[in-house]
Amino acid sequence: MIEIKNVSKYFGEKQVLFDINTCFEEGKVNLIIGRSGSGKTVMMKCLVGLYSPEEGKVLYNDRDFHHMSESDQRKLRAEMGMVFQGSALFDSMTIEENVMFPLDMFTEMSSEEKLERVNFCLHRVELPNVNKLYPAELSGGMKKRAAIARAIACNPRYLFCDEPNSGLDPKTSLTIDDLLIDITHEFGITTIVNTHDLNSVITIGETISFIYEGHLAWRGNSDNVLTSDNQQLNDFIFAQPLTQRIRQKL
Amino acid sequence: MIHRLLTTIGEYFIFLRQAFSRPEKWRIFFKKLIDEMDAMGIGSMLIVSIVSIAMGSVITTQTAMQIESSWIPHWTVGFVSRTSIVMELCPTIISLLLVGNLGSRITAEIGSMRVTEQIDALEVMGINPAAHLVLPKVIASLIVNPVLIVFSIFFAILGGYLTVIITGCVSMYDFIDGLTYCFRVYDIIYAITKAFVFAFVMSTVSSFYGYRIDGGALELGKASTQGIVVSSFLILILNVLITQIML
Repeated sequence: MIEIKNVSKYFGEKQVLFDINTCFEEGKVNLIIGRSGSGKTVMMKCLVGLYSPEEGKVLYNDRDFHHMSESDQRKLRAEMGMVFQGSALFDSMTIEENVMFPLDMFTEMSSEEKLERVNFCLHRVELPNVNKLYPAELSGGMKKRAAIARAIACNPRYLFCDEPNSGLDPKTSLTIDDLLIDITHEFGITTIVNTHDLNSVITIGETISFIYEGHLAWRGNSDNVLTSDNQQLNDFIFAQPLTQRIRQKL
Repeated sequence: MIHRLLTTIGEYFIFLRQAFSRPEKWRIFFKKLIDEMDAMGIGSMLIVSIVSIAMGSVITTQTAMQIESSWIPHWTVGFVSRTSIVMELCPTIISLLLVGNLGSRITAEIGSMRVTEQIDALEVMGINPAAHLVLPKVIASLIVNPVLIVFSIFFAILGGYLTVIITGCVSMYDFIDGLTYCFRVYDIIYAITKAFVFAFVMSTVSSFYGYRIDGGALELGKASTQGIVVSSFLILILNVLITQIML
């Protein structure tokens, strides 16, 4: 389990996160939702260690990530996979080389074993026949799937996805959501997803943390997200005419 | 202003400490090193040879024009040209050229990786991005730049030689006499030392400016310019210092 305890983050004088307390459950898809600029990405970057919070703790099974030794942090990071908002595939490498990269760095597999693993991961994210293509030759959805393949290549224990649906059409978004929930349950991964995609909120949110202007404003799951009486959450969820109609029918 | 300067210098040395760490995997490091040497060396060969031939030609013509006197022996043209080419023009001018060519490439490459979160991706994987990306570039540049400077010296002297043959400003024999007169291996060591130091400055400063980008495409352009300006400035200052120390 990953816990965030009293985390506050500042950039200079500006406070971005205010005393956040939440937890992300093992083997589940845990969502962090909120409007653009609410602090979701900063929170995720604190979770993976790209930012250090000025106050509070990020606990991985009761071990404070930001106070571990460098070698312990490295060991823990080897158990993480991350899908960035812009995919962050290495553009000088082919898709095969991208997915193989963590295997090259952290395993002693033979070339055949690595290739087999790469093909398995690409097949799992439904991206066959792209091995020799470069990221620039793929569509946005394909890049996201390739990034997921790279993230799961080393069998991570924790999978972090920063807005995996951003910039994708609704159909491709659904595919990504299905993929994330399937992978999470299939491999027993603890998945944490930053999103403001409502379909993801309703369909894959096994736990949901709602961030509002840097504060944790609500915590729940997809079963009670539509029926909450939290005004800020409702303003976020039912902002669109379509969701307002759904609300009227609820 | 001074506070910002001192902060930047401090950040530069912290960055160097990160970059000069043990690579995660030596096999990957050597592969990247070979790739970098290939891109830097082969990619710069043509421009270095063209500039060097032109530089050698101009310095020979100008020297011949300036010392056109019956009191000065004709071999002086070759001697002065060689000394200028070996000791100053090739190490300094070609290093400045390489700052524009290789330095801007390094800043743009690392900077675009920063902007597109590829460096963050490395960090999340538990890889030291500075060591993984920068160290092969620095080592490649320390190997390639001195070799390029030696090639440049060869091409510049060839340029001077061709000029002498084509224009006949001095006889070919006098020019060769001058080239070989009082030749010291120390002069080559001096040139290579400069090339080595300038290569270090160029590669680390350019990488530093690419690595610390915080923003988007606009910042990338700014960082590239800053990298070139600061590297060139440091090269000129160090040129004065090395000259004072070694001569």
